[in-house]
Amino acid sequence: MATATASIEPAPIRAEELVQGTSLWKDAWFRLKKNHVALFGLYAFCVIALLCLVGPFFTGYTYEQTEISLKASAPMEPILSRTETRKTGEPRKSFIALSNLEDEFLDKPEADRKAIVAKIAHGELYQEGRNTYRLSNQRHFFGTDPLGRDLLTRVLVGGRISLAVGFAATLVSVCIGVLWGATAGFAGGKVDTLMMRFADILYALPFTVIVILLMVMFGRNFILLFVAIGAVEWLNMARIVRGQIISLKNQEFIEAAISLGLPSHQILFRHLIPNVMGSIIIYATLTVPNVMLLEAVLSFLGLGVQPPLSSWGVLIDEGSRTMETSIWLLVCPAMFFSLALFSLNFLGDGLRDALDPKSSKD
Amino acid sequence: MALLEVENLRTYFYTRGGIIRAVDNVSFSLEQGETMGIVGESGSGKSVTCYSILGLIPRPPGKIVSGCARFGGMDLLSCPKEQLRRVQGKRISMIFQDPMTSLNPYMRVSDQLVEPLLVHEKMRRSQALAKAIVSLEEVGIQDAASRIDLYPHQFSGGMRQRVMIAMALISRPEILIADEPTTSLDVTVQAQILELIKKRQKDLGTAVIFITHDLGVVASFCNYVNVMYAGRIVESAPTDEIFARPMHPYNAALQQSIPALHKKGQPLFTIPGLPPDLTIDFRGCPFASRCAHAADICKEQNPALKQMVSGHKTACIRFQRGEIAEVGLRNVVSAV
Repeated sequence: MATATASIEPAPIRAEELVQGTSLWKDAWFRLKKNHVALFGLYAFCVIALLCLVGPFFTGYTYEQTEISLKASAPMEPILSRTETRKTGEPRKSFIALSNLEDEFLDKPEADRKAIVAKIAHGELYQEGRNTYRLSNQRHFFGTDPLGRDLLTRVLVGGRISLAVGFAATLVSVCIGVLWGATAGFAGGKVDTLMMRFADILYALPFTVIVILLMVMFGRNFILLFVAIGAVEWLNMARIVRGQIISLKNQEFIEAAISLGLPSHQILFRHLIPNVMGSIIIYATLTVPNVMLLEAVLSFLGLGVQPPLSSWGVLIDEGSRTMETSIWLLVCPAMFFSLALFSLNFLGDGLRDALDPKSSKD
Repeated sequence: MALLEVENLRTYFYTRGGIIRAVDNVSFSLEQGETMGIVGESGSGKSVTCYSILGLIPRPPGKIVSGCARFGGMDLLSCPKEQLRRVQGKRISMIFQDPMTSLNPYMRVSDQLVEPLLVHEKMRRSQALAKAIVSLEEVGIQDAASRIDLYPHQFSGGMRQRVMIAMALISRPEILIADEPTTSLDVTVQAQILELIKKRQKDLGTAVIFITHDLGVVASFCNYVNVMYAGRIVESAPTDEIFARPMHPYNAALQQSIPALHKKGQPLFTIPGLPPDLTIDFRGCPFASRCAHAADICKEQNPALKQMVSGHKTACIRFQRGEIAEVGLRNVVSAV
C-alpha cells in the first residue's frame, strides 16, 4: 500500500473509521433495550412463539392421539401401562392414569381395590386375567384432557393457531388499513370524505355479529377466520394512518419532494408511509392481542377452529366446562394465553415509547 | 425573450373567513442568469408567488384566479400536471426556508439526493450516486462519499441547507427559487450559504429568484429587486436604484426601519399601523393608511405599476403624477 502518492496525500480514510449513519430504527432499538418491561415482553413472546412452533415435535405426543382410559389425568400424575395378551397377534398395550385405576377392578370389594392400586403405585407388577399392570415412566406435564390427549401438546398446537390467526389477521388489517388511510389522507378533499365515511359506516356495524354472520355464511373455514377478523380490524388502522399522513402532508420535506417533481405514488410510498411506519408497527403490535382475544371469543362461542385442531380459545372453552373437577385444563391454556397477551401489550407500549422519542420521559 | 415571464398572477385562498387575495396582479420577468430579489414583510405574498409558479399551492383552499407564467414556450400555470412535473426539480427547482424540516428524516441523504436524477433522467442508481457525491462536494461538504449515507439529523443546519442546495442544483436547473434560504441559519452560516449560492450560480449560469425580508441580503446579492406589499409589487428596480432612489413610500419606510449602528441612541423607526386585511376587496393603494405622503386620491384610485425611468417602476400614484419627488425622509443605504 506504500505508494509514492500515499506520502503526499493525507492518509485515506478507512471505511470502519467513519461514523455510520444510525437510522431511527437503531435508535429505537437502543431505547427499547433500556425499557425492561418491554424487553421482558419481547423475550417472553419470543419464547412462547418458539415453544409453540417447535415444542409439539418434542413432547412425544400428537395433539389428536386419544387414550380413553387416560381421561383428565392431572399434571405429572403417575401413568400405568396395561398389557393385554391375546390368543392371536401382538399383545395390546394401553395406558391408565392412577386416579382411574380403581375403575379397572370394580368387581372387587373396595378394600381389595385399594390394596391393589397401592401395590401397583408402589411399582409392583400385577396380573389380573390376561392383563398385566405396571408403573410406566410416561408422564404428561400438563395432564390430559377428557379424551386422554396430552394437554401440553394441545396447548402448544393451539398456540400455533392462535398466533397464526393473530398475525395473519393483523397483516390483512395492516395492508388494507395503511393503503386505505394513506390514500384518503394524501388525496384529501372529497375522496378523503367518501373513504372515511365508508369506514365510519363499517365502524358503526356490530363487529362480533358480522364475524359470526360471515362464519355462518361461509362455514367454519380456518382461512376465512383470518380474513374476516382482518377485514373488520383495519378500520382503526386506517384512521390512525390517515391522521398521521394529513399532519405530515404539509411538512416542508413533502413540499420539497413535490417541488422536485416526484410522482404522487413515489411521494406516498417513499416519503409518507415510511414516516408513519412507527405508528403502524405500534398499532399492529397492539392489534395482534386484540385479534387473538377476538378469536378466543369466537372459539368460546363455538365458532372457532374445528376439533381435533384447537386454539387457546377452544382449550379455554373446554377447560371451563370441567373447571370443578380438573382445573388444570382451564389454567394451563389460560396461563399461556394471558402471558402472550401481556407480553405483546408490554412490547407494544415499549415500542410506542421507543419509536416516538417525544413521548418518553428521558 | 425573458427566461420566465409572469403576467397578472392572482392567487386567492378561499377560506371560511373570506377570500384572501394573497397575490394580486403580480407581473415580472426574469432574464437568464439574473438574480432577482423579492422583498416584503411577512404575508406580503412573496412565497405564494413562487409557490404558484411551481404548482405548490394547496388546492383547495388556494386557487390561481388569473395570470400566466411563460417558461420555455409553455404556461406553467395552466399546463397539465405531467408536463409541470417534468419542469419541477429539473428545470426549475426550489430551496426552502427551514433546512431542519425540508429533508425527510427517515431517508438517508443519498436516497434523497438521487431521487430527482432517478425520476427525471432515468439514471441508474450507481451512476446517480456518483453524481450525488460530486454535487455534495461542490456545495462544500467534505468527505462527501462517506457522509452521503448519513441521515439528515446527523447534519448541522448549515450542512442541511447545503444538501438542499445540492439537491436543487443536481439536475442543473435554469431557475433556482430560494425561499428565504438563510432565515433560520445563524449569521456566519448565512454568509457562507449566500456565498455558495452565488458561486454555484456563476458556475451553472442559473437564474435565481431570491425571496427574503432582509434588505441587507438583497443589497449584496441581487441584480434586480421587486418590493411586494399586500400581495402586489409596489416597486421594482435594479438593486442600486432601489436603495439610491426609492420611488415608493413603502420601500423608503422599509429602508428606514433597518437598524443601523450610526443611529445609536435613537428609537428604531417603525411603520405605523398594520398591513391591510387581505380578505377585504378595498379600493385604492394598500399602503395608503400607513403612508406619510397619502392624499385623498390614494384611497380612491387603484394604483398600477408604471415605469418612471428605464427599468424603475413604481405603483405610487402621487409619485407618478409628480406630486412628490422625494418619498422618504432620508435615504439610508444599508450596510451589509
